[in-house]
Amino acid sequence: MTAQDAPETASDISANPTGHRQRRLRLRPGRILGQVISIAVTLFGLLLLTFVIGRMMPVDPVRAIVGEDASPDTYMQVYRQLGLDRPLWEQFLIYVGDVLRGDFGTSIRTGRPVIEDILAVMPATIELATFAILIGAGLGITLGVVAAANKDRWPDHLIRIVSLLGHSMPIFWTGMIGLILFYAVLGWVGGSGRVSDFYLGLVEGPTGLLLIDSLLAGEMEVFRSALRHLVLPASILGYASAAYITRMTRSFMLDQLNQEYITTARVKGLSRSRTIWGHAFVNIRVQLVTIVALTYGGLLEGAVLIETVFAWPGFGQYLTNNLMIGDMSAVMTCVLLVGVIFITLNLLSDVLYRVFDPRTR
Amino acid sequence: MTAPLLDLRGLSVLYPGEHGATLAVDNVSFTLRREKLGIVGESGSGKSTLGRALLRLLPQARITAERMTFDGMDLLSLPERAMRHLRGRRMSMILQDPKFSLNPIRRVGDQVAEACRIHLRCSRAEARERSLAMLEAVQIADPRRVYHLYPHEVSGGMGQRIMIAMMLLPEPDLVIADEPTSALDVTVRLQVLRILDRLVTERGIGLLMISHDLNLVRNFCDRVLIMYAGRVVESLPAADLERARHPYTQALLAAQPRIGGDRSPLKVPERRADWKEPIGPQP
Repeated sequence: MTAQDAPETASDISANPTGHRQRRLRLRPGRILGQVISIAVTLFGLLLLTFVIGRMMPVDPVRAIVGEDASPDTYMQVYRQLGLDRPLWEQFLIYVGDVLRGDFGTSIRTGRPVIEDILAVMPATIELATFAILIGAGLGITLGVVAAANKDRWPDHLIRIVSLLGHSMPIFWTGMIGLILFYAVLGWVGGSGRVSDFYLGLVEGPTGLLLIDSLLAGEMEVFRSALRHLVLPASILGYASAAYITRMTRSFMLDQLNQEYITTARVKGLSRSRTIWGHAFVNIRVQLVTIVALTYGGLLEGAVLIETVFAWPGFGQYLTNNLMIGDMSAVMTCVLLVGVIFITLNLLSDVLYRVFDPRTR
Repeated sequence: MTAPLLDLRGLSVLYPGEHGATLAVDNVSFTLRREKLGIVGESGSGKSTLGRALLRLLPQARITAERMTFDGMDLLSLPERAMRHLRGRRMSMILQDPKFSLNPIRRVGDQVAEACRIHLRCSRAEARERSLAMLEAVQIADPRRVYHLYPHEVSGGMGQRIMIAMMLLPEPDLVIADEPTSALDVTVRLQVLRILDRLVTERGIGLLMISHDLNLVRNFCDRVLIMYAGRVVESLPAADLERARHPYTQALLAAQPRIGGDRSPLKVPERRADWKEPIGPQP
């Protein structure tokens, strides 16, 4: 603990009577340094892990390149080219060096740099996951609070049934039923893919996020089509996430509603909604941030099933395909990316903790 | 004689449970004017339940009474909406432990100001001014600084003074103080009590003081009700406590330690079935 980390003392505050404004979220160099170090250590561990995974998998990277019928000479040549004849620690250092330079290897399947492939599929997943988490968190948190506020009465029972259903229905099944109902029968939404084939490749924007790119390009038709295609898979993922978020929110809220400060709020004569949202809810925000961030991470990691059902060219499909054929550079990079996503989300929730809870400042 | 602020006749509170209901308050009757009335009893004697029942804070409990009026209004039949206008505005309650009774992540000043905003429809600035004045009234030296603190940044004694400020700000007619000093350090108890006493007396507020501390109630209240097993077993002026006739009250008095007194372990009262029978004039 450094001097900067030390909590403010009373004298610190009284020396600066108006200091309460600055006291909010003051950046402390010591804390930031600590965070940077901890991230660096985590990243190193992650690299070690992906490296070990790459070497331990029962896949022969040389055979994957030269094919079954190559001569032993060719095999050995490629073997040396890949650096597999060197000691393991040296291979690891080379791997770390490559990663730091932004070289994640070349995909055997596509022959292109892995990073380019991933950058091509990631926006589709980001779009889907972000929409899904907005729906999931919005719905889940609201329903959870309502259920807790009406514990053991009919709204609570209803919400618990709805969330149990969301929990227990397999997502590929809901996906297919959704497609049949809302696309084939009712025609309310677009079918599979990110956009109608007609518009495919029409917008190639700076972000890769179709909704944003089409807006930037002023292509409202494409935007509408993309939205119609996004709505169903995002809602289905959102519903599944909402099921979990509802249950957690409900139990967090019940904890808070039993606290004595809720009695205080009621004694003060506050209305029910003011007690619930103004007093109990503000106390569960920190916990909610954690579970919403984790759920979002899970969605970004790729919802393989929903991506398959909706022919959504996203990260989940990409990872699965490469796992199937043992394209190790791609798999290692995917694992690395998932790790980085979770580290980032963790960092973000850490920052939000400090916004939401004065005790952590 | 003016009409009493609080008029209770035959109040009972029943907690339904899976293994049979519990009768926490059993046929209690008393009246309260703008005076300081103490309720004394052991843990589980129903005194806290009684206080919360008056504010209708017990959603699970079944409350019945022949009469339960506050300033002529029937508390039992009052719709929840009207009840909300009474709570905080005209009847208020000081809870036991500021560590738990203040919202941990809201600034204490905002919590004090909230009641003002709701009941008196103050503007933000006015609520702030009145809260600062109220914090000063509970002898907080530097209200402008304290206003912006969070509950974990204040001491227990200061927390309880903030609680008092919060509950007295809308100038209620009746305050129920549920063990207001039990969670506090002995050294600050007296200070907090004096502040409460002064404010209550100055403003002519009726006070219902719930406590297990006989000495505190004797020194602080005008009248004392003794509760045992959900019943009020004796009612007498605080000054006459030594002359209590009910065997339970006598047992309680006998179980008090005295400075310079006998140092052998205190006598544990042996419970008798007839303790449940009230004694003396019944209201």
